[in-house]
Amino acid sequence: MYISSRELKRVNVVSVSGRVDSAAAPDLEKSLQSLIESRRNQIVVELADVDYMSSAGLRALVSALKAAKKGGGDLVIARPSSRVREVIDLAGLTSVFTMHDDTLEAVGSF
Amino acid sequence: MDERTLTLPGRFENLAKISDFITQAARAAGFDADAVFHVQMAVDEACSNVIEHAYGMDRSGDITLICRADDRGDLRIEIVDYGRPFDPNRVPIPRIDPEHFDLDEMKVGGLGIFFMRKLMDEVTFYFDANTGNHLTMIKRRPQ
Repeated sequence: MYISSRELKRVNVVSVSGRVDSAAAPDLEKSLQSLIESRRNQIVVELADVDYMSSAGLRALVSALKAAKKGGGDLVIARPSSRVREVIDLAGLTSVFTMHDDTLEAVGSF
Repeated sequence: MDERTLTLPGRFENLAKISDFITQAARAAGFDADAVFHVQMAVDEACSNVIEHAYGMDRSGDITLICRADDRGDLRIEIVDYGRPFDPNRVPIPRIDPEHFDLDEMKVGGLGIFFMRKLMDEVTFYFDANTGNHLTMIKRRPQ
C-alpha cells in the first residue's frame, strides 16, 4: 500500500493505492488519525488505485470518519475503485460514506 | 484433481503471498475474475483472523493452506494452524445499521467472518488435538 497526502487550504487529500489488508491497515489508520489530531479533519480519501480493501481497511476508514465528524469535520471518498465500492456495499456501508466520482468535486463539497 | 499446498509463517506481512497463491489456484481451477477475487478476499479475511488469534502477540507459528480443485470444478481451501483455536462459528454476525453505526459491531473478526460466509458456499471449522485448527472453505464452480 502507498499513501500520499497533499494539504490544500481547507482540505487534505489522501491518496491510497495498492492492497489495504491487515498488514497495511494500521498505517492507513495512523495517517488519517494524525491528520485529525492536528485539526486537519476535512479529508478526502482517494481510492481509485486500491486493488483490494479488507475489513481491517474498512475499519480504519470508519474509525477516521467518526473521529473527523467528532471534531466537526468529515471524511469523504473520491473515485473509489470498483473493488472498493464492492466491499463497501458488501459490508452494508454504502450509506455511511459519501462517495464522489471526482476529486475536485469531493474537495469542493467541503 | 489439482492440489496445491503452501506453508509459511503466520505473519501479516505474508498476506500478500497468500493472496497470490490463492489467486493462482482459483485461476487454475477455471474461476472468472470476480470469483477469483472473492475467493482471495475470503481467504485473506480468514488468515488475518488466524494470524491475529492463533499465535497472539508473538505472531509466530506456521499456517498451512491446502487448495484442492475437484473434478466438478469446485474449489476447497483448508487453512491449518497450530495455535489457539478460533472458531468462526462462535463469532456473532455483526448487525450493521447505517443509522447508528457502531464500531464495536465491526469487532476484529466479525466483519471478516461475515464476508467469508457471504463469499464462500461453505465455511466449516474443527479442532484436532494432533493436527491443530482446520478452517475449510468451499467455493462451488460458478454456473
